[in-house]
Amino acid sequence: MRNIFIILTFLAIFLIAGIALLKNKEVEKPLLLQLKEKYAPKPEKKKVEHAKFENLNKKFKEPQEVTKECESCHNLTADEIMKSNHYNWEREEYMKRRGVIYLGKKNAVNNYCIASHGNEKSCAKCHVGLGLDKDGNIFTDPANIDCMVCHDNTETYMKAPEKGGEPVKTLDFEKIAQNVGKPKRSNCGVCHFYGGGGNNVKHGDLEMAQFSPTKDVDVHMGVDSVNMQCVDCHKTKEHNISGKLYSLSSMNRDRATCEECHTSTPHEEELINEHTLKVSCQACHIPIYAKVNSTKLYWDWSTAGKLKNGEPYVEEDEDGNHKYMSIKGSFVWGKNLKPDYVWFNGTASHYLAGDKVENPSEQLVLNPLYGSYNDEDSKIIPVKIHIAKQPFDPVNKIVIMPKLYDPEKGVGAFWKDFDWVKASEVGMKEQGLPFSGKVDFIETKMYWPVNHMVSTKENSVQCAECHTRKGSRIANLTDFYIPGRDFSKIVDRGGLLMIIFAFLGVFAHGGGRIYAHYYRARRGK
Amino acid sequence: MSKYVLIYKGFERFWHWMQAILVLFLAFTGFEIHGTYSFLGFHEAVTYHNIAAYLFLGLTIFAIFWHLTTGEYKQYIPTFKNIKAQLDFYLFGIFRNAPHPTKKTLLSKLNPLQRLTYFGLKIVLIPATILTGILYMFYRYPTRYGIEAINISSLKAIAIIHTASAIMLVTFLIVHLYLITTGTTITSNLKEMLTGYEEIEEEEENKNGE
Repeated sequence: MRNIFIILTFLAIFLIAGIALLKNKEVEKPLLLQLKEKYAPKPEKKKVEHAKFENLNKKFKEPQEVTKECESCHNLTADEIMKSNHYNWEREEYMKRRGVIYLGKKNAVNNYCIASHGNEKSCAKCHVGLGLDKDGNIFTDPANIDCMVCHDNTETYMKAPEKGGEPVKTLDFEKIAQNVGKPKRSNCGVCHFYGGGGNNVKHGDLEMAQFSPTKDVDVHMGVDSVNMQCVDCHKTKEHNISGKLYSLSSMNRDRATCEECHTSTPHEEELINEHTLKVSCQACHIPIYAKVNSTKLYWDWSTAGKLKNGEPYVEEDEDGNHKYMSIKGSFVWGKNLKPDYVWFNGTASHYLAGDKVENPSEQLVLNPLYGSYNDEDSKIIPVKIHIAKQPFDPVNKIVIMPKLYDPEKGVGAFWKDFDWVKASEVGMKEQGLPFSGKVDFIETKMYWPVNHMVSTKENSVQCAECHTRKGSRIANLTDFYIPGRDFSKIVDRGGLLMIIFAFLGVFAHGGGRIYAHYYRARRGK
Repeated sequence: MSKYVLIYKGFERFWHWMQAILVLFLAFTGFEIHGTYSFLGFHEAVTYHNIAAYLFLGLTIFAIFWHLTTGEYKQYIPTFKNIKAQLDFYLFGIFRNAPHPTKKTLLSKLNPLQRLTYFGLKIVLIPATILTGILYMFYRYPTRYGIEAINISSLKAIAIIHTASAIMLVTFLIVHLYLITTGTTITSNLKEMLTGYEEIEEEEENKNGE
């Protein structure tokens, strides 16, 4: 009787302990609800009715006239804009072993259209200014700030192609001026969704489907979800927009992070919260990117320049993506992609115009990201990797920044004349860099952040997608041990051997006993 | 003449069988976490492994308390007396149907080989498993609260020791399960562990009691 009592007591204790442990702690649910309420679509309460301003009730011929009217009230704003990197296309950065630099249009090299210098008339379609001077420089007159490209709420504003940032002159500027407001997805997306020369070419997680995406594409921007706008997360102070891209920034500052809203421990389950020490939110919550349209993964400039009957041509793949373009070369595209994963502590390095390449036979990483398991500030982040073969001067050992665009033939622009040597000569001269006359091609690699296209929590990356021996998402990150993926060969093989020997011993001994038993029984007879 | 003596007390049996269930369950979920196979799913395996780990820890604390307060720990102090006879029995005598060289008594219910094995189990293997298990569960916490001095930079050593001791426990289990059958009859040891009672020859009992 006493025994039964003791046993029951213990059982009760274990049961209670078990239930207490099983029960999830309720912590962060209210936060998510709060956030949903905060950002839920609701009718905007205007503080100012621009349509009622008399100075906006007139026919504008030139966009500069609109800007002047904006600045007549917002009389200190021009200063903010002209300090911003949206206007200057460069910003002050500190880079390890290099010091303070101005990173941007003059020295940045990527492995898409390579560089902007010499090609400004084309590239500046995405500049927040109203045109450039004849040398391709930004105007210093504040009347040339393009207010409308960001603040037009009519979705009718349009920049003219290859005009250095000027808008189409036939627009109804009066209507636009009367309907300005906070930037919407359409304002930001018109440039940022088309980086690299076409929809989703550059980022993979930012594309035209996000003008009005579904929840499945992007849980934040989803029109059937909270329908958030870019500036809801990319908080802005004095026209400086947070959320720097590490392909163009070296320092860890002015970021837009998930944690700002969600905190660093938003999960109900403590076990998952522990992950946030080493794993970024995006790593699990963006299981795939390029969900709607393809993004470029590989760009081979070396095949560019082939002509049919003396004319450039374009070939498309089955999805309608450019497979080959005479002006740009051949491409590989991808859709519904699993990101690659790297350690990142927020700081990066950059290949800058004119840098000598030590070993041209090796792949050149244009924006190496810093970070490792042992670095306290590092987390695993998802990235898109873009590989390219791009022109390279094998004598001077520098990446070539060719002249690509010019309205005229014969100037040397590759897109008109299809001559690498000439285009390189003109491009490097404009850049003020030496050119040997020889053009080779170097393989380069770039990391691009995958921060958007967050999936619903049901679709987030599951434990066993990383914690698995075969095909782990983070199979390439080998500087640490994770359960399920890693094991000691010695312990596992030795252990298996030991277990086999134990079984053999047991069977031999047991067999011996059975044999002895029958042997004795027979003899006993 | 023989009589039945309570050789395994209530708590002891409860502890033994609870431990058996938990060790089996921990091994089952543990090797799934290790990546040996996939059955419950990684998330579930981890969740239940952790719950079972806490239960095992609780049980162990009770068991330690019981061993110390009842003095039963003395049963596990190794002795080399009769160890050769015991080895001879397992290697040779058992095939000839020879009698067990050591008799179970209340004060000495474990044979010398059992003493040695269980001593190792209790002093080395189970503590190693529990300690590495605790570190496994809590290894990130120090950094989280900013105490860097006790920061453990890698899970590797912890995980490998934990795995190695788990494999050794499994090996023990295999041999242990087999040795159950080496009692007076094939099932007598199992019966004892279930009921607690052992059939003991009266004279023997008296001899030892004297």
